[in-house]
Amino acid sequence: MTDMLIDGLYREGEPIADTKAPDVADISQMWTERKFDAALVNPANRRKLDVIIVGTGLAGAAAGATLGEAGYNVKSFCYQDSPRRAHSIAAQGGINAAKNYKGDGDSIHRLFYDTVKGGDYRSRESNVYRLAEVSADIIDQCVAQGVPFAREYGGLLDNRSFGGVQVSRTFYARGQTGQQLLIGAYQALERQVGAGTVQMYSRHEMLEVIVVDDGDGQGPRARGIIARDLVTGEIETHLADVVVLATGGYGNVFFLSTNAMGSNVTAAWRAHRKGAYFGNPCYTQIHPTCIPQTGEHQSKLTLMSESLRNDGRIWVPKRAEDCEKDPRQIAEEDRDYYLERIYPGFGNLVPRDIASRQAKNMCDEGRGVGPAVDGVRRGVYLDFADAISRLGEDAVRSKYGNLFDMYERITGENPYQVPMRIYPAVHYTMGGLWVDYDLQSTIPGLFVTGEANFSDHGANRLGASALMQGLADGYFVLPNTIRDYLAKGPYPKLDESHPAVVEAQRSVQDRVERLVSVNGTRSVDSYHRELGKIMWEKCGMERTDAGLREAIEEIRALRQDFWTNVRVLGTPEGLNQSLERAGRVADFLELGELMCIDALHRRESCGGHFRAESQTEDGEALRDDDEFAYVAAWEWGGDGGAPVLHKEDLVYEHIELKQRSYK
Amino acid sequence: MATSTLPARGDRKVSSSILLKTIMAASGLFFIGYLLLHMYGNLMILSGREAFDEYAHHIRTFGEPMLPEKGLLWVLRIGLLAALVAHVWSGMALWRRARGARSVRYVKKRAGYGNFYAAAMRWGGLALLAFVAFHLMHFTWQTVTIGEAHASPAARVIDSFSHWWGVGIYALAMFFLGMHLLHGIWGAAMTLGLNTSLRRAEQIRLTSIVITTIIVVGFLIPPFAILFGLVD
Amino acid sequence: MKLALSIWRQDNPKVPGRMVRYDIDGVSEDSSFLEMLDLLNEQLTEKGEEPVAFDSDCREGICGTCGVVINGEAHGPERTTTCQLHMRSFKDGDEIVIEPWRADPFPVIKDLVVDRSAFDRIIAAGGFISANTGSAPDAHATPVPKEHADRAFMAAECIGCGACVAACPNGSGSLFMGAKITHLGELPQGQPERDARVAAMTHQHDAEGFGGCTNLGECTRACPKGIPLNVISQMNADLRHAGYGR
Ligand SMILES: Cc1cc2nc3c(=O)[nH]c(=O)nc-3n(C[C@H](O)[C@H](O)[C@H](O)COP(=O)(O)OP(=O)(O)OC[C@H]3O[C@@H](n4cnc5c(N)ncnc54)[C@H](O)[C@@H]3O)c2cc1C
Ligand code: HEM
Ligand code: HEM
Ligand code: SF4
Ligand code: F3S
Ligand code: FES
Repeated sequence: MTDMLIDGLYREGEPIADTKAPDVADISQMWTERKFDAALVNPANRRKLDVIIVGTGLAGAAAGATLGEAGYNVKSFCYQDSPRRAHSIAAQGGINAAKNYKGDGDSIHRLFYDTVKGGDYRSRESNVYRLAEVSADIIDQCVAQGVPFAREYGGLLDNRSFGGVQVSRTFYARGQTGQQLLIGAYQALERQVGAGTVQMYSRHEMLEVIVVDDGDGQGPRARGIIARDLVTGEIETHLADVVVLATGGYGNVFFLSTNAMGSNVTAAWRAHRKGAYFGNPCYTQIHPTCIPQTGEHQSKLTLMSESLRNDGRIWVPKRAEDCEKDPRQIAEEDRDYYLERIYPGFGNLVPRDIASRQAKNMCDEGRGVGPAVDGVRRGVYLDFADAISRLGEDAVRSKYGNLFDMYERITGENPYQVPMRIYPAVHYTMGGLWVDYDLQSTIPGLFVTGEANFSDHGANRLGASALMQGLADGYFVLPNTIRDYLAKGPYPKLDESHPAVVEAQRSVQDRVERLVSVNGTRSVDSYHRELGKIMWEKCGMERTDAGLREAIEEIRALRQDFWTNVRVLGTPEGLNQSLERAGRVADFLELGELMCIDALHRRESCGGHFRAESQTEDGEALRDDDEFAYVAAWEWGGDGGAPVLHKEDLVYEHIELKQRSYK
Repeated sequence: MATSTLPARGDRKVSSSILLKTIMAASGLFFIGYLLLHMYGNLMILSGREAFDEYAHHIRTFGEPMLPEKGLLWVLRIGLLAALVAHVWSGMALWRRARGARSVRYVKKRAGYGNFYAAAMRWGGLALLAFVAFHLMHFTWQTVTIGEAHASPAARVIDSFSHWWGVGIYALAMFFLGMHLLHGIWGAAMTLGLNTSLRRAEQIRLTSIVITTIIVVGFLIPPFAILFGLVD
Repeated sequence: MKLALSIWRQDNPKVPGRMVRYDIDGVSEDSSFLEMLDLLNEQLTEKGEEPVAFDSDCREGICGTCGVVINGEAHGPERTTTCQLHMRSFKDGDEIVIEPWRADPFPVIKDLVVDRSAFDRIIAAGGFISANTGSAPDAHATPVPKEHADRAFMAAECIGCGACVAACPNGSGSLFMGAKITHLGELPQGQPERDARVAAMTHQHDAEGFGGCTNLGECTRACPKGIPLNVISQMNADLRHAGYGR
């Protein structure tokens, strides 16, 4: 490791590499090989092995159900009142799978290719190939569970094309795909709860991971978690042979996002502080079709399915003076259908990152529409007038009725008559804890699945592939790879009086007490909002060197202020929602800084990360494969210390690196 | 270790609420069958006293000599009594259960269908019970008389309904009966699993209105006919 | 907008609660009902009073976490979830009474937050299809006629919010349960366990202390997903088919 601080902010450490993917030339044999190599656990021994799974989204619930079925002793945690409420439930559009039911030339290899390309060549080939490989099994599994996917009149499953790909491989259940998939996984999990193999701890928030060196010469390992029972306030210790984090994404660092109110980075961040590397924290996905913010009161942004772009036309007025007008009064020739103008080939269907950035450009030019928030109108029109006159209002209603209703409910405007207003919003985080092919983090015994890991989407995720990844990890990947780790167990019996356990317990207790005892003057939410603004302005859709440096300073100052001036009322005993939020915001305040450092160090544009300094002459993202074809895995540098960057080089053997172009 | 996924409340041996409901539905439908017959009998009075007395005699001697005197009547009576006990008992059990499921009431209540139901089914059901008791005392045991005592059933009926308040009591009872049936028939169909689509729901709603109307109007024709002197 | 709120405050499950009145000003018509409560909580925090506890997560009407009784109606005056109810539905100067779901199987944890884990236990009792991971046949092995698929989907829309229980004068969870039984029972995959499922789930429902359904229909009126009453009838039919679980 170099001692030198780079940019005054971070150090660079040894490179890192995945050592688990079998070294076979044929990528299609890799997963088969790995499954075969992974050691087996005798059914009789499984009951003696304790597995903690934090999170009950697609990734967590699927893993819990599968490992429970296999006979392991599973403890499952979620902060909501029921596992069924994990934020996977909110996914609307669909789930990809290389079934080729439409016979339109889809295959595992094509899904693999599309995902790597869509990720702007910043993901690991081995992982993505496996994802594509198990995708078909997911659909079979879900159908067997009774997930009511859309069907055709012949009774077979229907597919649609999604997110600009050329094949129809997306399975869906109206606008509620995530809900239906999650309920399927949840029911499978509850079945195991009923069978006694899974113990459910809902309304429990994990606040620390227990990492113990039990002296067998193998070094420190994850052996449990500290969780707060959100109802009683009790700080509990749960020990196990292995810990799985399936705790979702951290988009809420932006305060306003399409994530749930409780979505947080706490579990991942605490693990990071204990030694797990954080991969590509700056990669966030901004979704182009969300309902714009209407004012300061707003607590979250609502996504509307991307499928709207199939029939809606996006425009802004050509002249800034027209922006206040009723859109119906603006003549055709005074409208700028900017996506159709700039990208005649793809038009309104350009990938998410491009559609988002162009909307921002239009609003920055002063041509945004809708109410001004902080002096800027942030919104563009998504107009269905053409579609309505072409297809008729009924056809539009049958396709998008529920989305139109939702829009009307939230905005009070009727989108059949007035064009919708949309604006991009933070939606998904490609970054997450670094994991190897086995989904194991840099802490042995700590596995990370779903959106919480960094693994499969590179710098940009394709539509309908997060659900696929969550279920692939949960049903098919983790249960196979974790076996290899568990086969070496049961690990030495651990006592709650072990110093490392006591230390973890005490640190959580201290932190909770510290939060309630600051007793300052500002509410938790006011800090969160402020952090969100900094992140959105300076580490959002477009990032610049100067902006990121400012953001880092501002976040540091804000964090300082937080710990001296936050006001958390009530006591740590019993339900205390301000306390819960305070803990989450405290972690976001640390994560935000790392995201900015990561964004600053990556002086290229790729996928969801657009660096203003790295663009082509006509303003398109410019990737730099010579310098940046690597995963940035960050090691915690200690409180007040500088993070350490470990690079994992990305090697493309099966797919040729290409500059993306949608013109 | 505390967990907030509470264990199930004690696995007390409870009979299924749905079973209780099915008992209500079955007994209720039995009542309806009886009422249709009874109504038909009552309408006989429109054909004159002899016809009615004949009919009253006939149901007592029906099936003789295979059945003893009043045989059919007793079969019916026992059936009715059993149904009544089952009906009232399960109704009360469900009522108790419902109270137990909401021991803390809402401070503010919405005026809604539930109130109609409570009035029509629970209190209305009790009113019907009271009516049946009165009705038996009046016509069967003859411990209560409206007007004067008569030996002929037809005369009893005609005398009773020549008084406006006699008609009033029965009309009030029919009002409660109508309310009870309006929801009861719909409910019985639901309970028996007949409502399986939105179209079915509409059909059931119509059926309950039709049957209720037939029963209420059918029962009210004789008293009013008598009151207005159309029966001699 | 200016509003007079009466809100149920209760510190924990063991102490009695009470209605407390709060006056709030500066509420935007465009804010959601929960954002109005957020604003109240910001103001309470400023004054040093403990904020009102209420549940919410997705705030887009799909997770089923939120839910309070507003002026006697579960989820308030519109057919939607509390998080999707907007203040446009109220008038300046309105008085709004806010209470938690009231049902003994849903004990109050704090203020407006209740424990709905009884629903999870009903699902754990049988609300699933036993399909072990990795053993599934190809998804196209069993076509599902569209009308069955559609009815299953309609029933599967339930978000488990509990408004049906809150609204039912009998405190019955029948709509929730009927929805799951209909969803799984409509599908060919759900047939093998159909009888056992309905028997186990209804048994658990009663054991949790929910009331029996007397076909009142208040539940479907309150249901933000418009689950129709016929799922309850379906459940009754299925239970009869299962011999009442005996
Ligand atoms: C509005 C929206 C629409 C989307 N649409 C699509 C789509 O159409 N297609 C697609 O493929 N993807 C979509 N996505 C992305 C996709 O839904 C998510 O990436 C994916 O569901 C994440 O699943 P998960 O299991 O990793 O995490 P989640 O479902 O977020 O689950 C996280 C779990 O972790 C628990 N948890 C978190 N922190 C803690 C803690 N500290 N202690 C205890 N428990 C904790 C939570 O309780 C929860 O159970 C969408 C996302 C959003 C927000
Ligand atoms: C005599 C006293 C009576 C009482 C106390 C009574 C009470 C009730 C109650 C409380 C219910 C609702 C049960 C439920 O839905 O949970 C009910 C249902 C019903 N009652 Fe009665 N009732 C009485 C008499 C009658 C009579 C005389 C009839 C016939 C005409 C009748 C027919 C019905 C029917 C058909 C139902 C519907 C059953 C269902 O919903 O499944 N009841 N009764
Ligand atoms: C206007 C309405 C009614 C009239 C005129 C009427 C008239 C009579 C008469 C005359 C009898 C005696 C028959 C006999 O002893 O031969 C009788 C018996 C009886 N009625 Fe009615 N009735 C009416 C409504 C009802 C209703 C609504 C019910 C039930 C809810 C009912 C239940 C009975 C019963 C149970 C008996 C006793 C039968 C027996 O002898 O066992 N009646 N009724
Ligand atoms: S049936 Fe409706 S009201 Fe009941 S839990 Fe489901 S969605 Fe909520
Ligand atoms: S309101 Fe209650 S009584 Fe039945 S129909 Fe609905 S559960
Ligand atoms: S908060 Fe998710 S449904 Fe209201």
